[in-house]
Amino acid sequence: MSASHALLEARGIGKSFFGISALEDVDFTLERGEIHALLGENGAGKSTLIKILTGVYRRDRGTIYLEGSEVSPDDVAAAQALGIGTVYQEVNLLENLTVAENLFLGRQPRRFGMIDRRSMRDRSKALLARYGLDIDVDALLSSYSVAIRQIIAIARAVDLSGKVLVLDEPTASLDANEVKGLFTVLRQLREDGVGIVIITHFLDQVYEIADRVTVLRNGRLVGSRAISELPRLDLISMMLGRELQHITRDHQAEPETIDDRGAPSIQFQNYGKKGSVAPFDLDIRPGEVVGIAGLLGSGRSETAFLLFGIDRADSGTATIDGKDVSIASPEAAIANRFGFCPEERKTDGIVGDLSVADNIVLALQARRGWMRPISSAQKRELADSFIKSLDIRPADRERPIKFLSGGNQQKAILARWLVTEPRLLILDEPTRGIDIGAHAEILKMIERLCSEGMSLVVISSELEELTAVAHRVIVLSDRRHVAELSGRQLTTDGIIRAIAGTGETEAA
Amino acid sequence: MTWFTRRLRRLAPQLVALAIILGIISLIAPGFLTVSVQNGRLYGSLIDILVRAAPVALLTVGMTLVIATRGIDLSIGAVIAICGAVAATLISDGYSLPVVIAVSLGVGIACGLWNGVLVAVLDIQPIIATLILMVAGRGIAQLITEGVILTFNDDTFAALGSGSLAGIPIPIYLWVGTALVIGLLMRRTALGFLIEATGINRRAASLAGVRARFLLFSAYAISGLCAAIAGMIVTADIRGADANNAGLWLELDAILAVVVGGTSLNGGRFSITASLIGALIIQSINTGILVSGFPPEFNLIIKAGIIIVVLTLQSPAIMTLFGFIKASRRSEKLNHGTKEATR
Repeated sequence: MSASHALLEARGIGKSFFGISALEDVDFTLERGEIHALLGENGAGKSTLIKILTGVYRRDRGTIYLEGSEVSPDDVAAAQALGIGTVYQEVNLLENLTVAENLFLGRQPRRFGMIDRRSMRDRSKALLARYGLDIDVDALLSSYSVAIRQIIAIARAVDLSGKVLVLDEPTASLDANEVKGLFTVLRQLREDGVGIVIITHFLDQVYEIADRVTVLRNGRLVGSRAISELPRLDLISMMLGRELQHITRDHQAEPETIDDRGAPSIQFQNYGKKGSVAPFDLDIRPGEVVGIAGLLGSGRSETAFLLFGIDRADSGTATIDGKDVSIASPEAAIANRFGFCPEERKTDGIVGDLSVADNIVLALQARRGWMRPISSAQKRELADSFIKSLDIRPADRERPIKFLSGGNQQKAILARWLVTEPRLLILDEPTRGIDIGAHAEILKMIERLCSEGMSLVVISSELEELTAVAHRVIVLSDRRHVAELSGRQLTTDGIIRAIAGTGETEAA
Repeated sequence: MTWFTRRLRRLAPQLVALAIILGIISLIAPGFLTVSVQNGRLYGSLIDILVRAAPVALLTVGMTLVIATRGIDLSIGAVIAICGAVAATLISDGYSLPVVIAVSLGVGIACGLWNGVLVAVLDIQPIIATLILMVAGRGIAQLITEGVILTFNDDTFAALGSGSLAGIPIPIYLWVGTALVIGLLMRRTALGFLIEATGINRRAASLAGVRARFLLFSAYAISGLCAAIAGMIVTADIRGADANNAGLWLELDAILAVVVGGTSLNGGRFSITASLIGALIIQSINTGILVSGFPPEFNLIIKAGIIIVVLTLQSPAIMTLFGFIKASRRSEKLNHGTKEATR
C-alpha cells in the first residue's frame, strides 16, 4: 500500500515564535531514493522546517505523513523510532567515546547484563564496511577527521532510523575530496531507497547530487522542482527575488547623477583578507547608498567585517578624504565615524539586560571613553528623542532591550549609531526578521539619512529592497566582488544574472 | 525619590536577611546589640562584625566588578598572602610607612594585571587563569617570607589593623572608604556602565566600540588592589605575615558575598552595596555563632545552612513564586474592591 505514497510528506506546516511567523503554509514532499536539497537564505525557514520534521520543534499547523500514515514526532527519539534520522553540521557525536561506542550509544549489545564489546566491535565494523570505511572502531572518535565522523554519524543515523536521513550543511567543513567521498555514500544510500534531505548553500553541489530542490523564502514555500528542469538562473531568482524582469525601478529614469555628488570620500583599494574576501575596490561618496548582494556564504557579511575592522584586512589600503587610515579594529572604524548594524542582532547587537536607553548611548559612551560619562539627563534626552523619531515601542527607555520585538531592537541599534553621527553606516540585513511596518520605516530612514549626506552600505538578500534603496550594487559570488551595477543595469534581473555569472552584466 | 525607592527595592532582600540574622542572634545572645565606649574606642559585637568584615568586604568590592565582567577571581586570597608578606618584609627592613603601603598596593595591582593578561589577552577562562595565581601565590608569599611567619614590631603599621580614629577602628575606615571611592568611580564615570555591557555581551559591546580588554584589565587590577589593602589589614592585625594562612579561603567568602548580594555569576548588572551587605551577612553569621556559644565545630554547618536559606529565598524559582502570589493577591483585592463597589 505504501508504494503509492510519498515517503515523507508535510502539508501546510506553520510555526511561529513569540508571535513572529517563521514558517507559513509550507508543503514538502520527499520520495524514496531521492536526494532532495532544501535551499534558502538565512531566516528562510529551512532549519525550522527540518526541526519540525525531526521532532525538535512542534508545529503549530499542518500535518506530516510518513509512508501515507499521519505521524506526529514529539521529540527526536520519537522521530528516530519512526525512521527519521538527522546529522547536524556540528556532528552530534561524542568525541571522547570510541567509534563503536558512538555507533551503539544507548543501544549497546548486552550479554548477561554487561556490554558485549566484541559483538559491538564486530557489528560496528560490518556497519562501516557498508560505507567503504575500514577503520579501527576502538579508537576515539576524536582521532578521526570531520569527514569520517560525518560518515560515522550518517551510519549511525541510517542504522537507527533507516527511512529518512536529514543532513544539515554536511559539506561546510569538508574539502573537495571529502565531499566526493560523502557524495558516493549518499548515492549508495539513494540506491538503497533512503530518502535524503540535504541543506546546503553550495549551489554547485546541489546540481551535482540533488534530484529535486525545494526553495523557501521568508518562511514561505517558493517552489519545488526537479533539478534537471531548473536552470541555475531560475534557481537563484527563486532564492533571492521574484520572477525575472519583474522589477523595472525608477533607476531607468534616474539620471546617473551619482558622480555629481562629488569625489568619493571613503575609498578602499585592493582591500581584502585571505580566506575571507578576495581583494576589492570600493569607493563610497557622501550621501550614497551602496548595496551589497550575493548568496549566503558569498562573502557579504565578511565584506562588512572588513570595512568595520572586525576582521583585519591583509591587503590594500583605506583612504578617507584623501588620507590613509588604518581600520584594524571596530574602535578604529568608530573613530573614523563608521557605524555597523550587524546581522546577528541577538549576539552581536543588543546588550540584552541593559535598558533601551543604555543600549542607545553605548557606542557614543564608548567613543567618549569612560572618563567622560554621559549624564543621566543627557542620556534620557537622547533616548527619548530617538525613541520618538524612530517610533520605538514600547516607548519606555528603562525597559531591558531583550523584551522588545526584533524590529524595535533593530531600531534601537540604529539609534545607537545615529547618536554618534556617523559618516558611514554599514547595515547588514537591516530588515531581517522584523515585521512589515518596521521594515518600511527602516527603508524610509535609509533614504532620509543619505539625503542628509550620510553614506550607507546596505547588505541584503532582499533584492527588491536593494534595488529600491541603493544607488549602486556590488555583487558578490564565491567570496569575490564580481560586478558593480548602477543606473539602468540596477535591476533584480541584473543582480541575479551577475550572481549566476552569465557575464552579460559585468560592471561597466 | 524614585531613585531612592528603586535602590531600596534592589537592596531589600539583603537588608531583610541581615536584619533577621542580627535579630535571631540578639535573641540567643543577650547583649549582642550593645555598643559601649572604652578608652575612647567603640566596643561591642556589632563593631566587631564591622571590623572583622574588613578583609572579606574589601575582596567583595573587587570580586563584584570581576563577576560583573562575567569572570571570577580565585587568586585574591593568595594575593592577600603575597601583599602581607611584602608589607611585613618591608616593615621589618625599616622602610617608612608610605613606602610600605605604596609598594604593597603596587604588588596587588600587578597581581591583578597578571590575571588581566591571562583573561583579556590570552583569553583563558577566568576560573583557570586565576587558579594559577591562587596556587602559585602562596608559594610566592613563602619565598618572600623565606618560609617563616615573619613578625614585626611597628605600631604605626599595626594601627592599620588594630588602631582607631575618633573612636572608630581603622579597618572600618579602610573598607568603607575603599568601597566609597570605587563605587563612586564606577557610577560617576562610565566605567560601571561599560563593565556591565561587557559582562552581558562582550561581542556586542566590542562591536559598539567598547574597549573590553581595558575594562577586564581594570576589573582585575581593582580586585588585586582591594586584596592588597585587605592583606595589609590582616598582616597589621596579627603583626606578622603568615604565608600559609593569611586570607585562606577568603576568595570563596567573597564570591559568596557577591552571590548573596544578588549579582549574577553570568555577569552584568552589579551592585557593590548589595555585595557589601552580603559580606556583612556572612560576618554576622561568623560572629553570631561565636557569641551564641555554639560549639565551634558546628560553625561551618550552621553557616552553610543559613546561606542555603538566604540563597533559596533569592532563587529565581522562589522569586517567580512570590511574583505569582503577589499577582493573585492583587487580583483578589481587585475582586474584593469590585464586589464592595457593587454592594
